[in-house]
Amino acid sequence: MSEKDPEAGDTKGPSQEDPRIEGEKHPIGKMLAYGTIASIIGIAISLYIDWFPVNAAGEAGQIDTIYDVLLIASVPIFVLVMTIVIYSCTRFAAKPGDMRDGPPIHGNTRLEVIWVTVPFIMVTALAVYGWIVLDDIEAKQPNELVVNVKGQQFTWTFEYPGEKVNSDALVLPKDRPVHFRINSDDVLHSFWVPQFRLKSDAVPGLTTDIRLTPDRVGRYQVVCAELCGIGHAAMRQNVRVIPRAQWDSWIEDQKQAAQGASAQ
Amino acid sequence: MTLSRRLLAPGWYRAALGAALGFLLGMGIVVAARAAYGYDPLFDTDAIVTVGALIAAPLGYLVGIGCFDYWFRWASGAPTIDEDHSGHGAYSWRDYFRVNTDHKVIGIQYIVTTFFFFAAGGIMAMLIRAELAQPGTQFVDPNTYNGLFSVHASLMIFLFIIPVFAGIANYVIPLMIGAPDMAFPRLNALSFWMLPAAGVMMICSYFAEGGAFATGWTAYAPLSTETPLGQQFFTMGVQFAGASSIATALNFLVTIITMRAPGMTFWRMPLLVWANFTTSLLVVIATPFIAGSQFFILLDRSLGMNFFTPGDNGDVLLYQHVFWFYSHPAVYIMMLPGFGIVSEVISTHARKPIFGYRMMAFSLVAIVILGFSVWAHHMFVSGMWSWFRVPMMITTMLIAVPTGIKIFSWLATLWRGVIHLRTPLLFALGFITMFTLGGISGIMLAVVPFDIHVSDTYFIVAHIHYVLFGGSVFTIFAGLYHWFPKMTGRMYDETLGKLHFWLSFIFFNLTFGPMHFVGIDGMPRRVADYAEGFATWNAIISISAFLFGLSFLIFLYNMIASWRNGPLAVANPWRAHSIEWQVSSPPPVFNFESIPTVVGGPYEYGVPGAVHAVFKDEEKAQAPAPVGAMPAPAGGGGAPPATDL
Repeated sequence: MSEKDPEAGDTKGPSQEDPRIEGEKHPIGKMLAYGTIASIIGIAISLYIDWFPVNAAGEAGQIDTIYDVLLIASVPIFVLVMTIVIYSCTRFAAKPGDMRDGPPIHGNTRLEVIWVTVPFIMVTALAVYGWIVLDDIEAKQPNELVVNVKGQQFTWTFEYPGEKVNSDALVLPKDRPVHFRINSDDVLHSFWVPQFRLKSDAVPGLTTDIRLTPDRVGRYQVVCAELCGIGHAAMRQNVRVIPRAQWDSWIEDQKQAAQGASAQ
Repeated sequence: MTLSRRLLAPGWYRAALGAALGFLLGMGIVVAARAAYGYDPLFDTDAIVTVGALIAAPLGYLVGIGCFDYWFRWASGAPTIDEDHSGHGAYSWRDYFRVNTDHKVIGIQYIVTTFFFFAAGGIMAMLIRAELAQPGTQFVDPNTYNGLFSVHASLMIFLFIIPVFAGIANYVIPLMIGAPDMAFPRLNALSFWMLPAAGVMMICSYFAEGGAFATGWTAYAPLSTETPLGQQFFTMGVQFAGASSIATALNFLVTIITMRAPGMTFWRMPLLVWANFTTSLLVVIATPFIAGSQFFILLDRSLGMNFFTPGDNGDVLLYQHVFWFYSHPAVYIMMLPGFGIVSEVISTHARKPIFGYRMMAFSLVAIVILGFSVWAHHMFVSGMWSWFRVPMMITTMLIAVPTGIKIFSWLATLWRGVIHLRTPLLFALGFITMFTLGGISGIMLAVVPFDIHVSDTYFIVAHIHYVLFGGSVFTIFAGLYHWFPKMTGRMYDETLGKLHFWLSFIFFNLTFGPMHFVGIDGMPRRVADYAEGFATWNAIISISAFLFGLSFLIFLYNMIASWRNGPLAVANPWRAHSIEWQVSSPPPVFNFESIPTVVGGPYEYGVPGAVHAVFKDEEKAQAPAPVGAMPAPAGGGGAPPATDL
């Protein structure tokens, strides 16, 4: 680093007097202005874009918000890098036949401390925020509807153990917390409903959990997100979220159908 | 030569014979073992292919081509043949097709071979994009499709990015540290010759019964223990590529530690040397883990050992832990050498010393250490211990700090430089901007709640290509253009080089940028078909990908045409200070007439009279430079006394 190198502090070298900078206002003000404008535009665009599929679970909102926060933190960093690269390339480009060297600047301790500390604080803050959200979305909730999800090549089956009902379709009541207990019969799969945002691998020999509260009536799809063989791309199944009363009658029908089937 | 003599002398005839004998030996072992245990049928195709074609035949080929001749004589007590250096240097194109111990020849062998596999992987990428251009099945069935992306990724990672860096370093590092060759030239040759075996194996998996391995480059168990024979081609291919990688890394470590020129302290090493030193540490420590994971798979498949079978005391997640304990450091194995290249290129073409040299070196070391503490961030949704996700999130995000140091130091190096925007620098700047984007999406992925949503989606595909293509591959291009004059003795075409850069830069972004959108919007990765809603973006991505693919033809033409007919290069066209530029282009067979003495830092641009190294006989060392040579670095022999570090 600079302070250890006796030559770095030497300002008498010829190239220290850089005619491109001397006698002008330091360009940092102008760059800051351009950078701020570009960051604001960038953030505005990135927040305006509709990134996610519709939000159909109580937990989804927090994940979408995290992404917005990450965008707001990221855009200025990218703009900073781009500003310096573009500015340097236009302003400090060598003329043809220019054989000079740049000034022998070997470092600047203050700058280096800044660009260690600021990113450190930023990522620590983001990690703490991520941790808080993680704990929050995975918290146990009262009156959970337990659904056992089983993945197998290449289909999903669902069991409602409280109601003793098995089903090929996933039908959920609106606004009641659901606890998915996920398992696999053969290889790895991954249970994912993009509109719920949450996902967990289905692992043979292991039960994994997801907790969420569907809060929007509609038809969605379970998508298998872990490569599971030839039929992986087609391993998609319908999910319906319906109002509570409708769900009660649906589960009643299923129960009777199951009893009818066993009575025969 | 008669055929019988050709079959006895090291070379391709004996290699073919060795492979055939190896196969027969392997088959014999399998048949004998099955007969002894009374198994039926006696001739089991899977076992014969595994032992005969995938293990014994490649070893036979290595013996045949001549990698072990010297060692065999020595080990058996036979009088060794005095080293007459006939295995050194290349005098015609044929010399590149035999076992050669010259690090410069091996470097070129590595680079050309890996670019062959790069092209093969690239063609597979084109087929993938053709299939995905529209929803539905176009022209490959799902099994072939799964094979395509698996072989594509495996070739790009194990046969292109990792070894091409070893190739560039092979050529440049000994010259840079003032050494006549690598520490173990024969081991160096063996490392290279294992690679084609690995690559051919992976490509040949298409001919296996049941098609190519179709479990991704990650080969997660238990899918990989249940799929057809093709999987074995991956399992063994990785072993050969991994062994090659470990041997080379060991060679670099010993070379860098013991063979630096007088005066070359650790704090005077160019950052490319630092980068390969730290990379080699990663390789030596981490690569045995992937070898282990694939041996487990092999034993599971071939001998029914059930390491990963639940219910038989196996553990499914164990595979992922062992695999990622290598494969996350592998990301840095694929990135740190690129960091080194970018440091050389930016400092040289912007005519300024590297800003914060020591912090640049320390940050490499920090990445090595932190790199081993983040593997499970690939497993946030795998069902592993849920508490473990938080420490992994924190360490993953902390890696942004040393990486940030590097980005900011490069920017500060650029600042107030005298910037010559030649092709190598363009690629280096393209790297900085694109790698920043890849780093940002990496930070996003480290945040567990967001990762739960986008894990295993196209967002991951976008991220990995921003890091490995916009990151690693751009640095590879920067390095190739930068050292092209040194390696070939000729100049590349600057206009074509710039055209290549701008086309790749634009179409790279148009190809991989939109993948962020479709990923967050719900498109999983590794799918041969997708929901209608993603059709528009995928069509755009595919068209961009084809144009992106075509842009490589410009690069290929430029390299071949310039290598044959380009204008002759002077010794030091970039007026760089590091030692490789102080010898002729291409360098003499043994690199230096006299060993240089290092008297200062490698990047003292702008310091009046500063030089990095002096030769005892300055005149003689500069003599080979052709007419029209650029003046030697300012000050020439009048070096100031070395600054004490």
